[in-house]
Amino acid sequence: MTTTVSNLESEGLPDPTGHPDEMDRGKVEGKSPTRLAIERFRKDRLSMVSFIIVALYILGGILAPFLVKFGLLDPTSYHQDLLNEFTLPEGPLGGISWKHPLGVEPGTGRDVMSRVWLGTTLSLTIALIASLLAMAIGTVLGIIAGFTGGLTDGVIGRLIDLTLSFPSTLMLLALSAPMYALLTKNFHVPEGDLAWATYVVVFLAIFGWPPIARLIRGQVLSIREREFVHAATLFGASRFRMYFKEILPNLWAPLLVSFTLLLPAYISAEAALSYLGVSIKPPTPTLGNVLRDSLNYAEFDFVYFFSPAFAIALIVVCFNLLGDGLRDALDPKSNR
Amino acid sequence: MTFEEYVPGAADDHEPATMADMLTVAGNAAAVAPVGAAPILEVDKLRMYFPVKSPGLLRRTVGHVQAVDGVSFQVVEGGSLGLVGESGCGKSTTGRLITRLYTPTSGAIRFQGEDIAHAKARQLKPLRRDIQMIFQDPYTSLNPRHTVGAIIGAPLAIHKILPKKQILPRVQELLEIVGLNPEHYNRYPHEFSGGQRQRIGIARSLTLQPKLLVADEPVSALDVSIQAQVVNLLQDIQREFGVAFLFIAHDLAVVRHFCPEVAVMYLGKIVEIGDRDSIYNNAHHPYTQALLSAVPDVRQAATGGRRERIRLEGDVPSPIDPPSGCRFRTRCPIAQEICARHEPPLLQIGQRHKVACHFPGRLGEAPREPLTSGLLGVDREGRPDPGASPSTDLVEQPGFADTWFDLDKKTIGRV
Ligand SMILES: Nc1ncnc2c1ncn2[C@@H]1O[C@H](COP(=O)(O)OP(=O)(O)OP(=O)(O)O)[C@@H](O)[C@H]1O
Ligand code: SF4
Ligand SMILES: [Mg+2]
Repeated sequence: MTTTVSNLESEGLPDPTGHPDEMDRGKVEGKSPTRLAIERFRKDRLSMVSFIIVALYILGGILAPFLVKFGLLDPTSYHQDLLNEFTLPEGPLGGISWKHPLGVEPGTGRDVMSRVWLGTTLSLTIALIASLLAMAIGTVLGIIAGFTGGLTDGVIGRLIDLTLSFPSTLMLLALSAPMYALLTKNFHVPEGDLAWATYVVVFLAIFGWPPIARLIRGQVLSIREREFVHAATLFGASRFRMYFKEILPNLWAPLLVSFTLLLPAYISAEAALSYLGVSIKPPTPTLGNVLRDSLNYAEFDFVYFFSPAFAIALIVVCFNLLGDGLRDALDPKSNR
Repeated sequence: MTFEEYVPGAADDHEPATMADMLTVAGNAAAVAPVGAAPILEVDKLRMYFPVKSPGLLRRTVGHVQAVDGVSFQVVEGGSLGLVGESGCGKSTTGRLITRLYTPTSGAIRFQGEDIAHAKARQLKPLRRDIQMIFQDPYTSLNPRHTVGAIIGAPLAIHKILPKKQILPRVQELLEIVGLNPEHYNRYPHEFSGGQRQRIGIARSLTLQPKLLVADEPVSALDVSIQAQVVNLLQDIQREFGVAFLFIAHDLAVVRHFCPEVAVMYLGKIVEIGDRDSIYNNAHHPYTQALLSAVPDVRQAATGGRRERIRLEGDVPSPIDPPSGCRFRTRCPIAQEICARHEPPLLQIGQRHKVACHFPGRLGEAPREPLTSGLLGVDREGRPDPGASPSTDLVEQPGFADTWFDLDKKTIGRV
């Protein structure tokens, strides 16, 4: 675009056509809702701290595979030489040293920090993909239900009820073997970690979308009464345009909030599933299967015992605080 | 006030006090009806009943909101009709029926002779170019997530009227027409004031070059000082582009300059309709007279020298369960027995003047006897009169007939 005039430039110029009294008023009202939300968020200390920790986790998660590649993290090498005759780490605090800041694993001598760090990457990735999928399904169905109403709304409503009434955890356990077989044989997903990850992601998404759909449906019910939606109908907007160009951009605030609340729920869920043995299997580390192993050493090696549990708790709590902070900042009326 | 009566400079002596004053200050003469123009829109016995559902699983229909109940009127090409009434009387619903945001329960909407009341989505698409709407609330009528350029340009892109490259110049042209800086196309709605947003909405409604604009209280959300500017803009647009207007308002002051013809609605029905002179100087319905008494500079003429405002007792009844007979009777100062028994037909009492009342008359001059009893075949209390036979040609029509019943001369009037 060649004729773009930045806001800063044109702000200072006298307005040739505008009406002076209206122009002044325009400036007073000029702060966008987004700006105001960011300002409110910045003032909230706890949310800012959570935001920074979450950001560090994500950065660390992205870096981990590269650190493994360059040999800075090593989650698989055994260090039997660092273990004593009871196969517990030698030295105090689980064998903490410069090379192994969180000590080594009892029994194998693998580096604890490497395992927790890489485990975080894998767990975050699974939770992230699953929540994006659940958000996508929930958002599309929620918009359609809320906007169309009538029979479609009824059908989607019943589908939500049905999904919520399934005993999902039991089904997850019961279906793990046949679904794993189906994925690897019929869908040609490579056996092992990838197939397990796919199973968990799909399962979490399929049982996770209903609350999102409900929330979005409620929001759309109020948005569709706004006059800009009528205006869009009048200039002949297609269904697709209505859903994704007119309505969706007005949903990003509730979507962002539910995303930051769904993600930690999925991190915990994935950990629980690894613990139950239906997610990625050892020796590949995930937060869940590192945790499962560490729980055996409550008495003998508390650094090892605490490391994965703390890693999970911190990210879950911070994501939840971040979600709450975002909700308060974006919708000041909803102060609980 | 006509253009001749406007004295330049006279208005500078004092602060503009009313809508009418401000409109004259800005130099716009009152609009006159195009002579002999054909109707572009004919609305015939239009009804909109919204079902009221019971709560719970079964959601049975337990009643209907009779939002619009048998409304008929005409808008001529390039003309403008004002639709006036209190909140909740069904004005917006009427507007949304005409723009086919809603599908009417019954009745006809003839646009350029073609009935569009039950047209399907595909048939509506070409029609959307011809009938557009200006909305009441400038804060919800623009999508807050789109730039002004995207908002105004969207209709062009959707109807593929212009190639992509020519959309921006057209958007800028439209911004200029409505009095905004054409360089502001990439700003967001929140960067503008209420009046400027309404101008953006007006620009959007003009993009498809419509033949009919439904303006749903286009200025009632704005400051009084800005109202006049926006009404003037609409008047310029009408003059320049020859667009016909259905101008919805909740008081008679706003439409006075704009609309050569005005319809007054009460609880889903038109109670009085006529040209400017019939409504503002010769109102025959007690409800119109009450509305007029709230307009400062016509109060004196309309209330026969009395200066006080006519205050209506009580609230507007619910449109779910409207009063029997005349819907205005619960608040009417001159209601009598017949009013509860029979609904008054909309009678033509002048060349361009119809009124729906059993006792039509200028303020303080209402007749003693119901004028409609003979037509309805009832006695003065509204009981069936064995001696009289009801008239068969009480069918309401959208336009005006060539003959009417002249109340003053008690004769049949002719063109
Ligand atoms: N979608 C709907 N469903 C049910 N009832 C409705 C609906 N839209 C309007 N109504 C009812 O119909 C009646 C007329 O409403 P409408 O919005 O047409 O009034 P209005 O004259 O435009 O009033 P206002 O001046 O407040 O805009 C009201 O009683 C309203 O509650
Ligand atoms: S018909 Fe009766 S109640 Fe209705 S306006 Fe006329 S006098 Fe009043
Ligand atoms: Mg309205």
